[in-house]
Amino acid sequence: MHTPIAPVREPLIEGGKTYHDISEDLCGPTEKAPSLSWIIAFMVSGAVMTFGFFSIAWTIWFGIGSWNLNRTIGWGYDITNFVWWIGIGHAGTLISAILLLFRQKWRTGVNRAAEAMTIFAVMCAGLFPAIHTGRPWFDFFMFPYPNTRGPLWVNFNSPLLWDIFAISTYFTVSLLFWYTGLVPDFATVRDRASGFRKKMYNLLSFGWTGSAKHWQRWESLSLILAGLATPLVLSVHTIVSFDFATSVIPGWHTTIFPPYFVAGAIFSGFAMVQTLMLITRKLLKLEQYITINHIESMNKVILLTGTIVGVAYLTELFIAWYSGYIYEQFAFFNRAFGIYWWSYFGMMACNVLSPQIFWFKKIRRSIFWTFLMSIFVNIGMWFERFVIIATTLARDYLPSSWSYYTPTWVEIGIYVGSIGLFFTLYLLFTRVAPVVAIAEVKHILKTAGDQYIGSKAKGGHNKEETVQESAH
Amino acid sequence: MKKQHKEVVFGLYNDEEILLKAVKEAHHQHLDIMDVYTPFPVHGLDKAMHLEESRLHIAGFVFGALGTLTAFLGMTWIFTRDWPIIFGGKPYWSVPSFIPITFELTVLFAAIGMVVSFYTVCGLGPGVTNPVLDDRITDDKFCIAFDADHCAPEEIQRLRDFLTRTGAEEIHAKSL
Repeated sequence: MHTPIAPVREPLIEGGKTYHDISEDLCGPTEKAPSLSWIIAFMVSGAVMTFGFFSIAWTIWFGIGSWNLNRTIGWGYDITNFVWWIGIGHAGTLISAILLLFRQKWRTGVNRAAEAMTIFAVMCAGLFPAIHTGRPWFDFFMFPYPNTRGPLWVNFNSPLLWDIFAISTYFTVSLLFWYTGLVPDFATVRDRASGFRKKMYNLLSFGWTGSAKHWQRWESLSLILAGLATPLVLSVHTIVSFDFATSVIPGWHTTIFPPYFVAGAIFSGFAMVQTLMLITRKLLKLEQYITINHIESMNKVILLTGTIVGVAYLTELFIAWYSGYIYEQFAFFNRAFGIYWWSYFGMMACNVLSPQIFWFKKIRRSIFWTFLMSIFVNIGMWFERFVIIATTLARDYLPSSWSYYTPTWVEIGIYVGSIGLFFTLYLLFTRVAPVVAIAEVKHILKTAGDQYIGSKAKGGHNKEETVQESAH
Repeated sequence: MKKQHKEVVFGLYNDEEILLKAVKEAHHQHLDIMDVYTPFPVHGLDKAMHLEESRLHIAGFVFGALGTLTAFLGMTWIFTRDWPIIFGGKPYWSVPSFIPITFELTVLFAAIGMVVSFYTVCGLGPGVTNPVLDDRITDDKFCIAFDADHCAPEEIQRLRDFLTRTGAEEIHAKSL
């Protein structure tokens, strides 16, 4: 069963793996005792997470007054971090859903970890709206439920409510998609394990047997879930951008926001995937599954989306000038040259200028530059949200209300703590589940393994492909 | 489903291409395959086994439509009948602002409905333990299983011969 593929495609699985090698390599990390580097990483991220929870407890105990928000600047670190995390969460669904529909084989190397990252990032994102209400025990008021106050319902016209629906749906669908993909792999781990581990993985694998009918339904389910998740992922950040775009604040009230936010989300999400994957492939020795080709593909996405974001920034500036509306013009002049000029230039440097180095193939294929750029992009995208939120709010219509905002240690603590939470969950995930989708990698082995295609290919049925390649 | 005592004869193959040929061969010889187990989805296997197409997409559509109706009719009822409120001078029945939530609930209902349908029709779920013919089926072995219940010894021998001839590396019998 060989679907003909372009002979110019580089192999995606190196090392001449057999099916059994794939099971060994990918189940291995869950079966061994954690390495010293894992333990150290877990302790550090756990400590950071604990500090984050301490800061949350402080906020709830003393109230939102422990943050530096004021009457002019009602959103600061909280919503900045929320949008940042939601954006990071977008790459997972993009990789697993959109690239599945486009039949991009390289997604199989990274989709599992990217989907896990999505789920953890959405959890971190969800923290902020929950806490910023000040009384999180009343957060259930945000959901429409028959209540004894009338019943008085929520405002279905409000983008903040749309956001709640979008994010809860996104989290649920991502979780279902991810877990359904994990079930056959948990079965692989189960059949290799014994004793208590076997019992645990038997529970997790839902009694999966690998029956042909089940696989047929499983593929059908994955495809339809991908089809559903594709518009979903675009809608989620669109709705997040509506939080701003439907307001009447100059600098927020723009129709460019939805596509610009979605591109930015994919941009930052891929950067976070790169950060995680570069560390994961090194620590778990997965270089033959997450190859330089995978990294290069993701860098191309970063370059594309970074450039879209850059065009959006310039379009915004142009339209502000072209509108002839002084408040809009002032908002954008203030964004670039006002009190928060440093964050605007940080954003421009990290998001627009620096990704342009990925036009060079050498840099796209360099681990060092990729890692450095992934950090840059994440900083830049955080600045972008901060620029949009804080800069715009700091200069109100009335100069008498103008203000400045710097976070307190509590706000910084929650932000840093959310990063700790993210890495703690990710580290636990690498211990429990195979970080690369075993069944999907086996599925593409014969069309993407280096013993079958590429310059090192050998043997029987690919002779034509090899010949074609040398003819090229 | 009742758990029955069942005799099974199965062969393990090393490669999905050999397996596919064997499945087609079994169909030619009118052998009734109980099930085929593979470590990953093998394309073309459902056709070779003459399995019907999955109808999960119908479930997805029905649940999705249910979500659309729930959201849209729910918001309509709340804002025009149950407790009409004017927000920002907009009409009570402001359809454009119902679109985001209607879309989200459509996706949510379709996804949950389909996933639940999938696990239900497959008989999978938390706490379910299905008999495993061989531990290597989820690793690198491809398995064709025949129901050998109430089979005469010569019929079982015929099944075994078939498995050997089509390239099975190992042949086992198991009672489930």
